[in-house]
Amino acid sequence: MRFILGFIGAVFAGVLLISLISGVATYVSSPPAPLAADEFHKPPKPLHLSSDGPFGKFDKRQLQRGFQVYTEVCSACHSLKLVSFRDLKGLGYDDAEIKKIASDWKTQVPSINPDTGEETTRKALPSDSFPPPFANEVAARAANNNALPPDLSLMTKAREGGAAYVYSILTGFQPQPADLLKKFPDAKTPPNLHYNPYFANLNIAMPPPLTTNGQVTYADGTPSTVDQMARDAAAFLVWTAEPNLEDRHAYGAAVVVFLLIGTILGFLAYHQLWHETKRSVRETGPLEPQNQAKSRRAKTKAGIAG
Amino acid sequence: MSFSWAKAYEPKHPLMRWLDDRLPLPRLAYGAVGGGYPVPRNLNYWWNFGVAAGLFLTIQIITGIVLAMHYTASADGAFNSVNQLIMRDVNAGWLLRYAHMNGASFFFIVVYIHIFRGLYYGSYKAPRELVWMLGLVIYLLMMATAFMGYVLPWGQMSYWGAQVITGFFSAFPLVGEPLRIWLLGGYAPDQAALTRFFSLHYLLPFVIAAVVVLHIWALHIPGSGNPTGVDVKDERDTLPFHPFFTAKDGWFSAAILLAFAIVTYFAPNYLGHADNYIPANPLATPAEIVPEWYFWPFYAILRSFTVDFILPAKLWGVLAMFSSILLLFFLPWIDRSPVRSGSYRPVFKRFFWLLVIDVVVLGWAGGGAPTPLRNVISQLAAAYYFLHFLVILPLVSAFETPLPLPRSISESVLHGEEAEAAPAGAKPRRTKTATAAAE
Repeated sequence: MRFILGFIGAVFAGVLLISLISGVATYVSSPPAPLAADEFHKPPKPLHLSSDGPFGKFDKRQLQRGFQVYTEVCSACHSLKLVSFRDLKGLGYDDAEIKKIASDWKTQVPSINPDTGEETTRKALPSDSFPPPFANEVAARAANNNALPPDLSLMTKAREGGAAYVYSILTGFQPQPADLLKKFPDAKTPPNLHYNPYFANLNIAMPPPLTTNGQVTYADGTPSTVDQMARDAAAFLVWTAEPNLEDRHAYGAAVVVFLLIGTILGFLAYHQLWHETKRSVRETGPLEPQNQAKSRRAKTKAGIAG
Repeated sequence: MSFSWAKAYEPKHPLMRWLDDRLPLPRLAYGAVGGGYPVPRNLNYWWNFGVAAGLFLTIQIITGIVLAMHYTASADGAFNSVNQLIMRDVNAGWLLRYAHMNGASFFFIVVYIHIFRGLYYGSYKAPRELVWMLGLVIYLLMMATAFMGYVLPWGQMSYWGAQVITGFFSAFPLVGEPLRIWLLGGYAPDQAALTRFFSLHYLLPFVIAAVVVLHIWALHIPGSGNPTGVDVKDERDTLPFHPFFTAKDGWFSAAILLAFAIVTYFAPNYLGHADNYIPANPLATPAEIVPEWYFWPFYAILRSFTVDFILPAKLWGVLAMFSSILLLFFLPWIDRSPVRSGSYRPVFKRFFWLLVIDVVVLGWAGGGAPTPLRNVISQLAAAYYFLHFLVILPLVSAFETPLPLPRSISESVLHGEEAEAAPAGAKPRRTKTATAAAE
């Protein structure tokens, strides 16, 4: 049986070797063509938010500014389906404000006329989730050169880099570098796409959404530079993706302290039981080979035969 | 159960006596994890991961049952029931979900350590072959359960992971494709697949729990192994499980829970993949499809076969991947060395650590996009994996000269070694230094 198993092992190893050789041969004879994205794609720019780190908390004023950017800019194309108006409490709005935000929302909620049963729409209520800007995917694509603006509810969890990625995309629009076109003449950004080195394939369908300073007039008077608006939008999307972040951090701190105390007490109980009472025992000892050698050396030193 | 000096259960309270006469459950618990189970006194901390695995199975079952109360197993509703209802609206739903997500990862972490402990200390050798094999059955069930659980949120990686993994079956000629369609209930993962995965994901943990009972039962016949691999000889070699090992497992499990809490509360998505927060879309393949981290070494083996040599490359990959686990069932007969513990096997020990490095490298290779360099490393590492178990291990066990074993566990543990070895009249060194210090 051992022989058969050894043979199977050798066969697998042999086929792997063939795969390896053929892979290397292919690589040497026809090396893969370099892609513009391999060279010009950039990792997200660093972004520091107050919600970062194990003790991070949301900056509610920033979230409100970010919500304003979403309302006035992003929401023209992007839905926020998983978030309800009532959730805005987490941004520091009170019930009356939330009611007003819901009923003033630019798109209405599909409904049924209670008298006739005909389909109609009504104003949004705090219990509704944000109504999407387009009725369905076909409508969304038709309005956006056949590209589908993704839902933003989970965006900062659904992309590597999270908030930093969102911030980098929003501020990363730029003309295609001359270098790139010189090296990869075929990689010219196609019409209706926009060059953005932070996007995986460098060309994103979304046109630059934040173009001019002062595009949004912040209610709290913060100067609305493009960079500031991008930061605030990213911070807001951290909240939409993880509205329980503050609770999570607070619970976490308490649980860690609790378990730390539990671990220490448990260790002391264990230590007393094993090492300090008259029943005390040694768990390991001269049994391990290195300890055997040590004890032999010790014996030789002390002039004890053995 | 195993040793003649094992203490018998003696109920003191009349109620317990009454119960013991009718349904001796406390007697069972006493013999299994109480004072009635003698355990070798020299266990080190690598022996604490079995109890930790039981702990995480319990955590998974409890969080899972509550999550199932809020989850909707429908292709239209699954993603929202997880990411809207559970994560936002259910009280502490985010905690249940993150604990369940990371609990799966920690279950695998402690089980991998448990398995490698068994590999190093020869825990698979006679008379514990069935303990080892039942453990492997648990591991296979865990993999199936984890895979189906990962499908349930119906994100992009859920969907495409299901597509890839059920695609394994289609590698087999003739029966493969019909089998795959039968298993999925369709040509691609959809409603039928999701509901049956949910049903099985709820069932399998209880099957695991049942096999765990068998695993522990089979363990209690010969009793636990120990770091020397030397058999227990008499009462001096053992300590009762309770209170000694309950105390040791207790504080160590709390320490593992601490690590679990830190990840769950402060980096809950660290071990996951961002793409699973995108709803499943059968029309858009993700840039790269990768399974959860605990499958990466096997995924690397699967992908390493790139050439149709007699058989199609995909079939080679699938066969090799299944073999990589199945061969472990033969381990008790592959490794012929009568010495159990790797501590006394100088050659085996080196190859063991090489295997650990190899599996880590395979994990790295399986977790990233297949670049030419990664492919080469992955192929070498996969080849070494098979050579290690099927060629190197039998040879090492045949030719290696092991170090001398201690005569018994207690001999050295109980400080008796020096006194015993010393000729009459000679003072042991320890006493000498102690006297010197006193002066």
